[in-house]
Amino acid sequence: MSYYGYFVAGAIMLTGAVGIARSRNLVHAVVCLSVSQAGTYVLLLSIGYQRHAAAPVFGSTIKPSTKVVDPVVQALCLTDIVVSATVTALLLALSLQIAKHHGTTDPDELSALRG
Amino acid sequence: MHFNDGLAQLAPLSIAIPIVVACVMLSIGQRAPRVVVDTVAVAGATTVVGLDAALFAGSGGRVINWVANWLPGGGHPVGIVLVVDRIGAGVALLAAILMLLALIYSARYFESADAHFQCLMLLFLAGMNGFALTGDLFDMFVFFELMGAAAYALTGFKVEDRSALQGALNFGIVNSLGAYITLMGIGLMYARTSQLGLAQIGANLDHQRPNALIVVAFIFIMTGWLVKAAAVPFHFWLDDAHAAAPTPVCVLFSGVMVELGLYGVLRVYWTSFAGVIPASDMRRAFIVLGAVTALVGSVMCLAQRHLKRLLAFSTIAHMGLFMCAAGTMDASGTTGAAVYVAGHAGAKCALFLLAGMVLNRYGSVDEAALHGKARDARVPATLFAIASLALAGLPPFATGLGKAIGEDALSADGYWFGPVLFVAVSAMTGGAALRAGGRIFLGLGPRPRQTEDSAAEEETPETTQRFGRRSASLVGPIIALIAGCLALGLAPSSIHAIGGGATRLIDHAGYLAETLRHAHPTVAHDPTAIDWTTTGVVLGLVSALLAVGVAATGWYAEAVRRRLRSVLAPFQRGLSGMRALHSGHVGDYVAWLMVGVVVLGALVGLPLR
Amino acid sequence: MSRRVRMWMVAIAGAAVAVGMGLAFVDLPSFGGSHHPYRDAAIHGSVAHQTANAVSAVNFDQRGLDTFGEESILFASIIGVSALLRPSKEEQEAGPSQPGRVMEATRILGYAFIPLVLIVGLDVISHGVITPGGGFQGGIILASGIHLLYVAGSYETLGRLRPVRLFEHGEAIGAGAFACLGIAGAATAMGFLANLIPLGSFGQLFSAGTVELLNGAVGIEVGSGVIVLIAKFLDQAILLGPQKS
Repeated sequence: MSYYGYFVAGAIMLTGAVGIARSRNLVHAVVCLSVSQAGTYVLLLSIGYQRHAAAPVFGSTIKPSTKVVDPVVQALCLTDIVVSATVTALLLALSLQIAKHHGTTDPDELSALRG
Repeated sequence: MHFNDGLAQLAPLSIAIPIVVACVMLSIGQRAPRVVVDTVAVAGATTVVGLDAALFAGSGGRVINWVANWLPGGGHPVGIVLVVDRIGAGVALLAAILMLLALIYSARYFESADAHFQCLMLLFLAGMNGFALTGDLFDMFVFFELMGAAAYALTGFKVEDRSALQGALNFGIVNSLGAYITLMGIGLMYARTSQLGLAQIGANLDHQRPNALIVVAFIFIMTGWLVKAAAVPFHFWLDDAHAAAPTPVCVLFSGVMVELGLYGVLRVYWTSFAGVIPASDMRRAFIVLGAVTALVGSVMCLAQRHLKRLLAFSTIAHMGLFMCAAGTMDASGTTGAAVYVAGHAGAKCALFLLAGMVLNRYGSVDEAALHGKARDARVPATLFAIASLALAGLPPFATGLGKAIGEDALSADGYWFGPVLFVAVSAMTGGAALRAGGRIFLGLGPRPRQTEDSAAEEETPETTQRFGRRSASLVGPIIALIAGCLALGLAPSSIHAIGGGATRLIDHAGYLAETLRHAHPTVAHDPTAIDWTTTGVVLGLVSALLAVGVAATGWYAEAVRRRLRSVLAPFQRGLSGMRALHSGHVGDYVAWLMVGVVVLGALVGLPLR
Repeated sequence: MSRRVRMWMVAIAGAAVAVGMGLAFVDLPSFGGSHHPYRDAAIHGSVAHQTANAVSAVNFDQRGLDTFGEESILFASIIGVSALLRPSKEEQEAGPSQPGRVMEATRILGYAFIPLVLIVGLDVISHGVITPGGGFQGGIILASGIHLLYVAGSYETLGRLRPVRLFEHGEAIGAGAFACLGIAGAATAMGFLANLIPLGSFGQLFSAGTVELLNGAVGIEVGSGVIVLIAKFLDQAILLGPQKS
């Protein structure tokens, strides 16, 4: 019995979350958010993994009867990556505008919203 | 039951059509005059209203669509299934109607060369429709993110506005982190059950013992939905985003997007987890979280002077009430929550649109700065007063009916404090709105002193031109919203349809049987007739009266308050402490999110040991 | 909240979440095991629809609605970035800055790789049903290929070769084509996004029915979309960069 893939995933996710809380720069915070999401990729792929199985793309060497890893989690992971990339782009665009209009990217110094 | 038939095909179309219209608008937006773009957008939203209305009317049972015709057959299902019942179709319809009104209101709103605003609005609608209609857990995540991506961009749309940018970023980071925690939960469920469909997971988990894996997966999945639902302590993003987003966007946020979070919680619990996590366990969690949310929201609401922020906190307070009502975990409480959500959308969105009119005319939404400025605006003043009283639950508005049904369900379950909480929260939020309206439109009471924080808050204009006093495209949607709220309260027969929907929402076995085995619907009886009761009417009148009292205290009790300073001091300190927690700091919000996950785990998980 | 308090909160709550995760993980099926019922069904479905790349079969056929939503997220984000990074009046008036110096080797390598990368991109898109890859991956390769011009130092050529308006149309066409293929399925009563054209035979370039077409639509959308996306950020960096300093 082994679980290390899952634990790696959990550790990555928590590292990202702690990173956002500690962050002194919004760009850093957005990247930490992507780190956190990377935990979900690792979890999904670990769940679909099977030892000594091939990639789920059939051809001359890999027949449909061959043991392959789970294509479903790979598809979910691809969706997840697109979500991550595009949301990161949006958040970076917001950070860029904040840098222009607030003159800082340190969350400690942003003061437009209080109470 | 409708199974992969013509009606069932309308469900994916109501997701795809707004996307097609957005594509068309992006292409023509660079050349076509603004009026063409607006017309296409309104036509698109109208089509979706029609599709969702047909689904709502036809979903007496459930409308089931195995997308792309991947039927489950005998073996393991691989496709995605859309399962539409009255509540799902109802929230989708609510989203489409609010979108239509917001688009009409915002015609001529921004001076933008291309159709970006309208494209984002329609994509937002597609996301909300997808989230409401799907019966697949991962698909919920995808449409949740579509809602999110469009919503973050819409929040920050006024790029010159410093608070809009900060609000959008906080909203984006906190919601995305919540969504990723949800995805982790989905992954855990997939590993456990090898399923992604809600019904398939439900069938797999039925009659199992709730072990750590199931409970943790459930809590993770709930986290993302509860962040959207703005349950304390996941709520911090909401007031930032609502205070700063363009007014037509606030309508969608407050009226339906936040409520979709609660819908997600109920849908996933009742379909997938009702067989393994007992309802009594959920009831405790829901009512504790709901009561705290309602109290924090209403106290913070009273403390605001920025009109949009005030309305935002009132949304948080009402979300708390919806959670309490649905938290009874029975048909009548769920019906109450659904009716309350529909009525609240009418009253609250009307108030937001009125705030937008004030902002357009006077360049501010600060009730102190605007004191007596809008004395000449009779029509908006009247509408503001009516909508505020509706928010306070005045019969015969639908808010009052939903509130009454919810109170009834809570006290029937032995929660004596339920009616007290509902009346207090309604009075405080409705009273806060009345107070602000009285100051702005009538100049009631002495002019409040300008405090530092409100004086410093400059507001960026959302519009490039001042609208005419009675511009039909502005006043029309407001009147439609208030009329809708009133009509729903006066027509308990339409409420009856919602009641039937609530019965189906919480019918775990029926959902599974219809979706997976195509069995005929098992629930034949609809709940007992829902109508106004004497108690309900009296409590509604009481809360409306108390709201007037709260407002009058705000106008005239400055002197009294000064005399009672020593008595009130601890409350003042508590309030400023609570205000300080709403710091606008994204790190703080993430810390609270993690605390929230632990609290949720303690509420749901620990009693199961 | 002070930084200290916040870090204590995160530490305590994070530890509790970590314990919860740990308890859940040890209940999971062991890592690398052979029990994957959904996989078996998905591969069965993939073979039945003549799709050699089972990941593409899941993405575009069995769970096509997810991918439709995902492409809409991409579409929404790119419109969102365009809206958020729209230059203000003052910014529009500022001209581009002078290009920096680019090493000769970088320039030559940049130009040399452009055709190569574009061909690889097209190959990855068109072979998405039979080999690893597909519309999304290929679209990204195409978009980065065009930006080798930027690496090679000719931002002006890039501007000419990459009319952003045109690619906004491309993005809309790609996303619209995906939606229309879905609606066509609903119109023929097969069901939304149903695989309604002849499936061809397993392992051939034109097999898997609509999967191939959807792959193409996604390729157009992602390629155009990412070009628009990078263009908006580059505009900010190049047009606005010197102003700030």
